[in-house]
Amino acid sequence: MFNDIFSSGALIEAWQIIQTQFPLAIWETIYVTILATVFAILIGLPLGVLLVVGEKSGVLPIPAWFLQVLNVIINLLRSVPFLILMILVFPLTRLIVGTVVGTTASIVPLVIAAFPFVARLAESSLREVNPNIIEMAQSTGAAPLQIIIKVMIPESIPSLISNAAIAFTTILGYSAMSGIIGGGGLGKIAINYGYYRYKYLIMVLAVILLILIVQVFQSIGTHLSAKTDKRLKRK
Amino acid sequence: MENKIQLQVSNLKKQFGSETVLDGINLDIHKGEVVVVLGPSGCGKSTLLRCINGLETPTGGTVSVDGIEVTSSNKKITQIRQKIGMVFQSYDLFPHKNIMDNITLAPVKVQKRPRKEVEQDAERLLKRVGLWEKRKAFPRELSGGQKQRVAIVRALCMKPEVMLFDEVTAALDPEMVREVLEVMLELADRGMTMIIVTHEMQFARVVADRIIFLEGGKIQEESSPEEFFTNPKTQRAKDFLQTFTFEKRKTNNI
Repeated sequence: MFNDIFSSGALIEAWQIIQTQFPLAIWETIYVTILATVFAILIGLPLGVLLVVGEKSGVLPIPAWFLQVLNVIINLLRSVPFLILMILVFPLTRLIVGTVVGTTASIVPLVIAAFPFVARLAESSLREVNPNIIEMAQSTGAAPLQIIIKVMIPESIPSLISNAAIAFTTILGYSAMSGIIGGGGLGKIAINYGYYRYKYLIMVLAVILLILIVQVFQSIGTHLSAKTDKRLKRK
Repeated sequence: MENKIQLQVSNLKKQFGSETVLDGINLDIHKGEVVVVLGPSGCGKSTLLRCINGLETPTGGTVSVDGIEVTSSNKKITQIRQKIGMVFQSYDLFPHKNIMDNITLAPVKVQKRPRKEVEQDAERLLKRVGLWEKRKAFPRELSGGQKQRVAIVRALCMKPEVMLFDEVTAALDPEMVREVLEVMLELADRGMTMIIVTHEMQFARVVADRIIFLEGGKIQEESSPEEFFTNPKTQRAKDFLQTFTFEKRKTNNI
């Protein structure tokens, strides 16, 4: 299937598509991924915090049944395959965005798919905080909300940042998948040209660009995480 | 010493499941008094301290500071805790905050005192323990002894009326134990009310106004340090003190 991938015709066509379609596609991919990540964090981080502090032995215990319901919802959403979830949330997407196709519309299912994942990542970050430190904060008479905002979150920042980078790369992968049913960006190009029209060079190029975006954002995440980690020795 | 009772523990009981850790503790601590709690490990020393500042909820009995019960409503407990400074064995400094921020966090955020005033207090206290130059450092850049001195300063910066020390030198190298104990001796000298749990017997003898010997969740003996160390009344206390002395056993015939 890759026989004529580098034929002169393919190269010329690829060059044209790169110039006309790629800039917008790259922008769409980054814009969708960043917005979806931001919304997923806005919803997922508080939920992740709640999962930790809401436990019986936590800083701010909530009723056990409520925690149980929260856990079930998160697990449920996480077990639905993304493509199916995307179709399932069509009504919600239409309600919020007005349409179910297009770049902006794909943000809704991305957020729904990603926030439970972000909640679990945030949960694991917050669990890394030394319980002695939380106890020490309690012993000063700090209120639960003060402990969460002033101690637990600041103390888990490096881990939260590195998990945010993981969330970003996962959402980027989902966003490419959304190209199959109406989403925009590099995924759409890869599928439309590569899968439907056998222009494999375009597909490969789109994939390379996706790889580059992942590399860049992962590096930024890793760098920021290391920089904010005061437990490490400075190099 | 004034006669005002600063801290009162009456008939304090604590059970973990079926295990009784504290079995009816009665203790009055006067203002400016230094009480050292001794006893074998697992005797409930730490639990006693943790009950005093509400980290553990007692199964029975009461703890009150200045006549206000620690074991009462949630709102009061935060006020009470601000009157009780606690220093832990593992220092528990915030690893991602520098020394100054570690010290000022609680006074500024919990007690809502002006940052300027708190920083002046912190400066005075840090200078007193010889760590003013380290104010911008992060905890990992400090030795164990330095970290523990910072932890003491952090507790003092809340202007507590009672200080609780829970085996604060247990995790330190011998040469660092001294610098921490010196700080505590000075505090005692300045009239701070303190409850100290320690295994440093010599230190206990010097710093204490009163020794409490705890075993099996009960106060077995309560006396002056002189009396406790030279002439313990109970067999249990004798046995306990025995564990800190060694006899030469080497017989030279291999």
